[in-house]
Amino acid sequence: MDIVRSLVDAIRSALGASAVMFALAGVGLNVMFGYTGLLNFGHVGSLLVGGYGVAITVNLGGPLWLGVLIGIAAAVVLGLIYGLPTLRLREDYLAIVTIAAAEILRLLTRSSALEPITKGVFGIQKFADSFYSLNPFPRGVYGIWKITWDANTLWAILVGWVLVGLSVLLVWALTRAPWGRVLKAIREDEDAARSLGKNVFGYKLQSLAIGGAIGSLAGIFFAVQTQSVNPDSFQPLFTFLAYAVVILGGPGRVLGPVVGSVLFWFLLSFTEAILRQATLAGFIPAWLLTAQEVAAVRWILVGLGLMLLMAFRPQGLFGSREESLIDAR
Amino acid sequence: MPAELLDALPSVPGIPKPDPILVADGVTRHFGGLLAVDVDHLEIQRGAITGLIGPNGAGKTTFFNVLTGFDTPNTGSWSFSGRDLAGLSAYQVARLGMVRTFQLTKALMRMAVIDNMKLGATGQTGEGVLGALLPWRWRQQEKEIEARAEVILDRFTLGPMRDDLAGTLSGGQRKLLELARALMVKPALLMLDEPTAGVNPALTESLLVHIKALRDEGMSVVFIEHDMDVIMDISDWIVVMAEGKVIAEGRPADVAANPAVIDAYLGREHGEAATPLEDSIGDRPVGEQDR
Repeated sequence: MDIVRSLVDAIRSALGASAVMFALAGVGLNVMFGYTGLLNFGHVGSLLVGGYGVAITVNLGGPLWLGVLIGIAAAVVLGLIYGLPTLRLREDYLAIVTIAAAEILRLLTRSSALEPITKGVFGIQKFADSFYSLNPFPRGVYGIWKITWDANTLWAILVGWVLVGLSVLLVWALTRAPWGRVLKAIREDEDAARSLGKNVFGYKLQSLAIGGAIGSLAGIFFAVQTQSVNPDSFQPLFTFLAYAVVILGGPGRVLGPVVGSVLFWFLLSFTEAILRQATLAGFIPAWLLTAQEVAAVRWILVGLGLMLLMAFRPQGLFGSREESLIDAR
Repeated sequence: MPAELLDALPSVPGIPKPDPILVADGVTRHFGGLLAVDVDHLEIQRGAITGLIGPNGAGKTTFFNVLTGFDTPNTGSWSFSGRDLAGLSAYQVARLGMVRTFQLTKALMRMAVIDNMKLGATGQTGEGVLGALLPWRWRQQEKEIEARAEVILDRFTLGPMRDDLAGTLSGGQRKLLELARALMVKPALLMLDEPTAGVNPALTESLLVHIKALRDEGMSVVFIEHDMDVIMDISDWIVVMAEGKVIAEGRPADVAANPAVIDAYLGREHGEAATPLEDSIGDRPVGEQDR
């Protein structure tokens, strides 16, 4: 059994493209959920419009940068649309509306009616060549020790982590300011915020627009990195995993989602690698677990881990114990 | 003293006041078949403490909600300092200077006491998205707000709790904080929904001293209250509601002697002295709100 290899796989995964995507999605979700208390269960919709914004624009002959701008703008619009029901609906109702909205978007994208634009279930591929033509790294394998990536992947995840850094910086700057104080007040009690003269609806829209825009960067990154978009990459499950990442790191903490994402992917890959090797090496008997079942079992373990986290450290890794002891209502 | 202008007024429901800050006209609010609020005409005197009393379900809180923009009436008009408030949202009403508190205290639990206070300040540059990104544009203002918040906190004996989370305060301290926070908005009219509910007698006493002091500084106060001692102690004027209507108003002594009021509160115990009156009113259970 090769622990080192498992570790290398896990670190590669913790710093790799998936971790970047979930970190970006988590930072956006954190603005809405962690700071404003909005249960947006349609976050994957922001990724979808971001990714498709790029893919469709380039596919129709536009430049990549324009596609990125269109993707972000579409996510801002989507955030504002998500915000409309918050005028009347709270918490769980908003969750239902947003999850439905994101599903509608996905189903529309894969519908035959929109196939001329979205290419339906086949999705759109090979639209990010201009991004890779900017790659400063010559062909080859780069990395430290055994943790290596090929030139194109390295270029993509480097840009990805820069995007993560910039969005974290943005969220930090916004939430330390009085603006962030209003968001937290809305999370704690929106009627109290209203009674103090704060335009709660306006702030919710801003939160959803900004959170959605950051989320769209995750979709754009994913689309560009894989050079493909497909409607079924944007399942509701993604949103729930993004929640797991935010909660793992600690909602309402600037760096929470980033740490959460790195840790999430580290644990997910590490358990898989260890389990796989253990089953292959015969440490785990075949009647208990076969190599084919490992992929499913690791999700069970991650779920179990999250449950334990909720039970013993509900504030997440970064959250404050003191705050978690206070019942918000 | 504006409050003394009230002394000459007869105790008639709907009587015009010498200098009204708040005027309600034909305000009704029904929930299905229930007519929760049906106020023909009511004026609230500027610079006075007006107590709003009535049995449970009389529509006091609903009336409060309507006046402060937290609810929309079915009919009627209402104005604050001569400005028509119809169609304004709760936050706009608050910005105009009519600030309310809640029956169930709404401290922002997972925020520090000082942040609760700073939130109350209006017109903050750093509360806009773009403003927030330019710290040099809000730092100075933030300092001023903090200084003002600290003065008010000290006044309400909350100074030592400045950096504690509001959720760690006792129920009574949260009531004080809510009142202190409302003052950060610089209100002209404070609308207090049961400010002393669930507060121990000593703290109630200090709350009342604060409320009187605010009145003496020129602020107008309307408050809903169930404790008769409190009402009689601090009100300059009392408005009595029952079944959504204003059934009586007047100076405390006149209202206490008003047969319509005794009827509404006591029903068959009619005619007994003021002491059983307060016993029979009884607080509703915590967590219940008459909307």
